Amino acid sequence: MIKAWFKSGSPWIWMTAGAVSLNLILVVGLLLLIAVRGLGHFWPADIIEYRYQDRDGPESSIIGEAVATSLLPAAQARAAGHELLDNGEYLVQHLVKTGNRDILGSDFRWIQQQYIHSQSTPDDLIMVERREWGNFYGRLLAVKEDGAVIAQGEQAWQVAQQKLAAVLEQHDEIDSLQDHEVGAINYELERLRLKQRALELKNVWNDAAKQEFAALKQTYEKQYQAIQQQIGKLSKESKRYSLVVAEAGQKEISLPLNRVVKMTRPNTMSVLDKCIEYVGNFATFVSDEPREANTEGGIFPAIFGTVLMVMLMAVVVTPFGVIAAVYLREYAKQGFITRVIRIAVNNLAGVPSIVYGVFGLGFFVYIIGGNIDRLFFPEAAPAPVFGTPGLLWASLTLALMTLPVVIVATEEGLSRIPKSIREGSLALGATKAETLWRTVLPMASPAIMTGLILAVARAAGEVAPLMLVGVVKLAPTLPLDGNFPYLHLDRKFMHLGFHIYDVGFQSPNVEAARPLVYATSLLLVMVIIGLNMFAISIRNNLREKYRALEN
Amino acid sequence: MTTAQKNTHAIDISALKREDRKSVEQLETCIKVENLDLFYGQKQALHGVNMEMPRKKVTAYIGPSGCGKSTLLRCINRMNDLVDGVSIKGKILLDGEDIYDKSVNVAALRRRVGMVFQKPNPFPKTIYENVAYGLRIQGINDRRILDEVVEKSLRGAALWDEMKDRLNDNALGMSGGQQQRLVIARAIAIEPEVILLDEPASALDPISTLKIEELINELKEKYTIVIVTHNMQQAARVSDFTAFMYMGELIEFGETSELFTNPAKKQTEDYITGRYG
Repeated sequence: MIKAWFKSGSPWIWMTAGAVSLNLILVVGLLLLIAVRGLGHFWPADIIEYRYQDRDGPESSIIGEAVATSLLPAAQARAAGHELLDNGEYLVQHLVKTGNRDILGSDFRWIQQQYIHSQSTPDDLIMVERREWGNFYGRLLAVKEDGAVIAQGEQAWQVAQQKLAAVLEQHDEIDSLQDHEVGAINYELERLRLKQRALELKNVWNDAAKQEFAALKQTYEKQYQAIQQQIGKLSKESKRYSLVVAEAGQKEISLPLNRVVKMTRPNTMSVLDKCIEYVGNFATFVSDEPREANTEGGIFPAIFGTVLMVMLMAVVVTPFGVIAAVYLREYAKQGFITRVIRIAVNNLAGVPSIVYGVFGLGFFVYIIGGNIDRLFFPEAAPAPVFGTPGLLWASLTLALMTLPVVIVATEEGLSRIPKSIREGSLALGATKAETLWRTVLPMASPAIMTGLILAVARAAGEVAPLMLVGVVKLAPTLPLDGNFPYLHLDRKFMHLGFHIYDVGFQSPNVEAARPLVYATSLLLVMVIIGLNMFAISIRNNLREKYRALEN
Repeated sequence: MTTAQKNTHAIDISALKREDRKSVEQLETCIKVENLDLFYGQKQALHGVNMEMPRKKVTAYIGPSGCGKSTLLRCINRMNDLVDGVSIKGKILLDGEDIYDKSVNVAALRRRVGMVFQKPNPFPKTIYENVAYGLRIQGINDRRILDEVVEKSLRGAALWDEMKDRLNDNALGMSGGQQQRLVIARAIAIEPEVILLDEPASALDPISTLKIEELINELKEKYTIVIVTHNMQQAARVSDFTAFMYMGELIEFGETSELFTNPAKKQTEDYITGRYG
């Protein structure tokens, strides 16, 4: 019976199908875990007010969001010095995000269920997202303009929202002035300084040049002054308003409105409102710049850096890989040496990525970058231009790392082009090179794209080598901006993978960082999937176009 | 034809053969093969082949599989150069010039000697681009010239009426017979002198085969055609001259009508009467 069952081949089918299911479950489970943990972070949770009294304190109020609950077995709880009032099996503890780091010293607090007298979600509790010190939880008492109260009580909320909108607009304007106008002037001034230094080095720094430069400098200075004045005006305007808020302990605090990013009253929100709020939160996360050591704000620069770096890498690795594969497959005499080269290429794909990072640092950054600086940027010395980790070197290092994948895939593709097609082209009087360009390579392009897809998948997820060749925790400027030459290959950049590492392991605020780690991971996965889908759609188009001979 | 008749013919071999030769010589020679030896590595595939193929006639190579007829054909446009380890001795003269001379530009030679293969091998491009391929290689990208040549070539390959509305379709969507005619159109688009056909109908159904044969009849007005075929009826139908090859040697070469009705060699007779091969 069992023997017959084995002979029938069903166990084999079950085993293979089981392996596939297991893989699917693992992948889906991974994505689900990341998605649930990460996406939950953006949901505007209710703010709860606890009346709380533990062993040695008076009754007090705690305001915050419930984040997590943990059950501690009684024995362990007792060993840790906790008392169990009801002699239950477990000690129930809640993690509450209380915010108000400036007052309480930390954003989170563990409280025990047994000491909670009561809990409620009053409508008047507000959450204020601040530019510094994290969130504030409490009650809004009044709105002040130039120190004088202009609204109180229920009216205060409306007024505060109106004023906040105006202040945020001013803040955006200041930001844009700072980033674009002032940034551009600084950039020009720096270029002027470098030019002057270059002229000095060439010994042609004469009076004419001096005058010209002084004039230029003066115009920039003037522009700068004008912008500064504008900024000053705006910032003075935005500083006029402040909120009077009360924290859980009824202490009144004055909160300048220009330090506020957002304020909400989640307890009054309907589910639909919360959904809208949720989408808004997520959009902010994707499109904003990080604040407060990356634990607040968004991750846009990291997404941007990841995508740009991967694209640059693709632009570099494709031609190199294809050319190498064409030589190996089409021109080189097949024999011992090509076999050795192939083995070497395949082994390169197995070298740990950190080794590529070390190589990139030693070869690209120090040797090539250092020499470029010496030859082309003597005026910048001692500050390095290309002789320091940056976007270009990171892309090149990853291109080197993914080169074997592209070579192998391209060779595979070339070997699959039927001989009859090549002969057909040659018989029409095409040379070998013409045949390659016009027929063979286009037909091999889907395979080349496959190589590129694998390369992108590997490069986008790589972190270790990047830490050596150009990724930083916080980049002051994007590598792409409005200042000539627009794409700044020498700049350092941010990367989602490194961002995860940084937020997760280097952050001072562990509890706050945890959901961000998941959310950033989700984003990284989404970016990689997006890049891959893009490449796959190109490949499918090419496949359709160059459908190989079926017979 | 009875065996007796055949035998009487066989008696006059020498006389007839001389006549044959004369008739070949009267025509202008296009391709002349002189003492051609070909080796694949150590193995000799062609042994001292001598042959003169007349201009604007159809010459067919027949013989059993592996006899070297395709190899000989592929020598004429130097397709064998692509095979590793091939060495050639002797000469092939095209219009009196040795195509194996060092100074010969192989690509230019192949423009003069077009080739159609056993299996249709259109490029995965549109019908139009397939035909225009040879011209584009030569740097001709003028749309008017291309349009003209594409139409002329497709007409030449008896494909225009079927395909004139589908010029921008992918060539891989055509039937096998159409693909083979497209490949012929592609070959004549660059106006070669010679067209080599390597078993052009062996992968096709009878109707497509018939069309190809009709096409060959028309093409010989303008081109010198050399065809390799397994099918003796086909050789008899389409060719003016036939060469019988066996084991890498040219056994007999002569006018088709003569070779089939009155072969000079025993081996030829055995082959065409179906005794081996």
